[in-house]
Amino acid sequence: MSSDTRTAPAPQRAAKTSVTGAVSNYIDERTSISAVVKEFGRKIFPDHWSFMLGEVALYSFVVILISGSFLTFFFQASMAEVEYDGSWVPLKGLEMSAAMDSALNISFDIRGGLLMRQVHHWAALLFIASIGLHMLRIYFTGAFRKPRELNWVIGFILFILAMGEGFTGYSLPDDLLSGNGLRIIDGLIKGIPVVGTWISYLLFGGEFPGDQVIGRFYTLHILLLPAIIVALIALHLVFVVVHKHTQYPGPGKTNDNVVGYPILPVYAAKAGGFFFIVFGVIALMAAFFTINPIWNYGPYDPSPVSAGTQPDWYIGFADGALRLIPPGWEFVLWDRTWSFNIIVPLVVLGGFIVVVLLYPFFEAWVTGDKREHHLLDRPRNAPTRTAIGAAGVTFYASLWAAASSDIIATHFKMAMEHVIHILQFTTIVGPFIAFFIAKRICIALQKKDREIALHGYESGRIVRLPGGEYIEVHQQLDEYERWKLLNFNEYQPLMIRPNAAGKISSAQRVRASVSRWFFEDRIEPVTSKELERSSHH
Amino acid sequence: MATARKTDARRFRIKSANAARRTRSPRAARRSPLATVALIAIGLLFTGGAYAAFNASSSDSGAVAASQESVERGEKLFAANCATCHGLALQGTEAGPTLIGVGAAAVDFQVGTGRMPLQNQSPQAPVKPVQFTDSDVDALAAYVSSISPGPSVPDSEYLDAAGDATRGAELFRINCAMCHNVAGAGGALTEGKYAPALTGVTEKHIYEAMLTGPQNMPVFNDANLTPEDKRDIITSLKYLENNPSPGGFELGSLGPVAEGLFAWIFGLGAIIALAVWLTARAN
Repeated sequence: MSSDTRTAPAPQRAAKTSVTGAVSNYIDERTSISAVVKEFGRKIFPDHWSFMLGEVALYSFVVILISGSFLTFFFQASMAEVEYDGSWVPLKGLEMSAAMDSALNISFDIRGGLLMRQVHHWAALLFIASIGLHMLRIYFTGAFRKPRELNWVIGFILFILAMGEGFTGYSLPDDLLSGNGLRIIDGLIKGIPVVGTWISYLLFGGEFPGDQVIGRFYTLHILLLPAIIVALIALHLVFVVVHKHTQYPGPGKTNDNVVGYPILPVYAAKAGGFFFIVFGVIALMAAFFTINPIWNYGPYDPSPVSAGTQPDWYIGFADGALRLIPPGWEFVLWDRTWSFNIIVPLVVLGGFIVVVLLYPFFEAWVTGDKREHHLLDRPRNAPTRTAIGAAGVTFYASLWAAASSDIIATHFKMAMEHVIHILQFTTIVGPFIAFFIAKRICIALQKKDREIALHGYESGRIVRLPGGEYIEVHQQLDEYERWKLLNFNEYQPLMIRPNAAGKISSAQRVRASVSRWFFEDRIEPVTSKELERSSHH
Repeated sequence: MATARKTDARRFRIKSANAARRTRSPRAARRSPLATVALIAIGLLFTGGAYAAFNASSSDSGAVAASQESVERGEKLFAANCATCHGLALQGTEAGPTLIGVGAAAVDFQVGTGRMPLQNQSPQAPVKPVQFTDSDVDALAAYVSSISPGPSVPDSEYLDAAGDATRGAELFRINCAMCHNVAGAGGALTEGKYAPALTGVTEKHIYEAMLTGPQNMPVFNDANLTPEDKRDIITSLKYLENNPSPGGFELGSLGPVAEGLFAWIFGLGAIIALAVWLTARAN
């Protein structure tokens, strides 16, 4: 690749120039791309497995685009009735929509079609799962802090859009399972007071299911949503380059540098290889494991509903929320039915999404920290944030688990009602318990770190002193190990100060009390004075 | 075990020879003999051969000719193993329902799949190893249906799984899938009850379950699903069972939950393991 940066060769050397050199030179003279390669190729990225989760998402998305393009060649996004005449015997001669018919033909009558369908679907599940895991990494290491708040927002919007992509794609085959899912969404929409019914009729082009929705979802699925996602991914990556990558604290790693390898040649090779690894794992999954066997589900018909009907995992939390609502939350007022069994989940989930979206701004407000942060936090060193995260994960996981309440009931031999009640408990009370436990664990770990930093670790060597006393000899960590234990951000509860007019505003008070709640039981980092004192004995 | 069963049976044996020799019509007990003859004649005239053709498997004579000997053996077995809960005269007790009118099909299903004798009182009787030999099951069925008629064990012509799979699959989706899942993987019901998975269930037992509605299952009698319908449903189930999924391993046919778990644990797990390997420092 070094030939890219070559300047124009002298005429007498032209004959000796390699083909690569000549081609790169030709391109460079017309595009000045060498400046980009030089700048970008020297970009340093730190090396850690958790920094590759976002890459997994990106590569799964590329796999989705490739396999999805293949599928569009054969898929008919139409709800026109046709008679199935393909290879799958138990559906032969059945009336179904052209969408279902073509999805079945892709599965059974187009060479490689079923593999592509399964690649597409498995890659979609992995895409959203890796986004979720990537977001958890960002959250628990505090990578969303200034200057990366906006990139958190972009990433989170990508997560929501990916769910939209997933749901529209899940609906396209027009099989029984996806039709049931669509019916639930229709019910959700109709449950919105006043406007719900109008929106539903608008979306479906009349009474559910109508003959419009597959075509409309297809446009969203292959045109609008992917375009927005590609644009936002580009923006997301531009920000990564602009902000530079964060890194874990360690010797020699500061807020002003990035320790790692350059893109060229190391990361280009690693990332390129990793792309094929991700592709390979997806291909293996698709080759060996059935996903969404629409031939079992049969064509959509509004009357049958199958047991064990669930959405794909990423919509599970919403389905679970509906399942956890106690019966009877519905009443008639002003000549209208108010379905609080639907309004409450919608509001709660909407609120949850907004809270996650805005969390970086909230934390910045609480800490009052205007500095840039390029060094990541160890989760234990931000106990309150970690505990809030644990609470959020518990809340989400409970809703998610509730989407499979029936499967849990049958497989663990429990009564469905008990499963629901347990999950209601873990959804509402669980986050508080998780918050408390996570915070205590963080603080305990910090205390242990502090202890180790000051007094070393237990060596396992027991010594008897002349006086008869037994002690265990503690050994000091080396400088590099100790560095990790000593250096983390120290925040203190904000002091309430009067503003210019000499008044203490109520916003100030709220901020001070939230800040106190965040930091009042903090463990302070070991100071150099303490360290010095401890090294003397 | 078997000898104990026999001695018990002798001890509790009902002495009424009448009961054992009773014909298959309970109406005989309530009407005069002449009226019965007249009724049968009229009934045969009106219903005729077509009725017989469509209902060969239901309440009348039945495929298994219950010999006197078999009925007597069944009576002993019943008294020894079933009467505690179902009562000596099949009348039922607080612990178990009456078996009057359940017919041979119900006995064959419940005992033949190991559900009965019941292990303990629970929301639902689970399938367990069958406790009786086939001939014992037949004898029990013969005895129970000799007391009062009910649906009999289906004819083998409906059990060949050679019907119309397309039609059967559609009927299955409409009538059965809401509890048993479209792929017959089973599903949860309320209060700890469940619809069991249908893979590995014999054709006869599937048919009998539809006919008799065991436990929480509704009865799909011959007016509801004709024997032909039942045959088609069995055909589609057996098609699914005998033709492995074209897409590869089925993950229990449990749908998106199993797929999601698999994607997270094995898919993402494998990728993370590889990422850890990729970023590991060489020693």
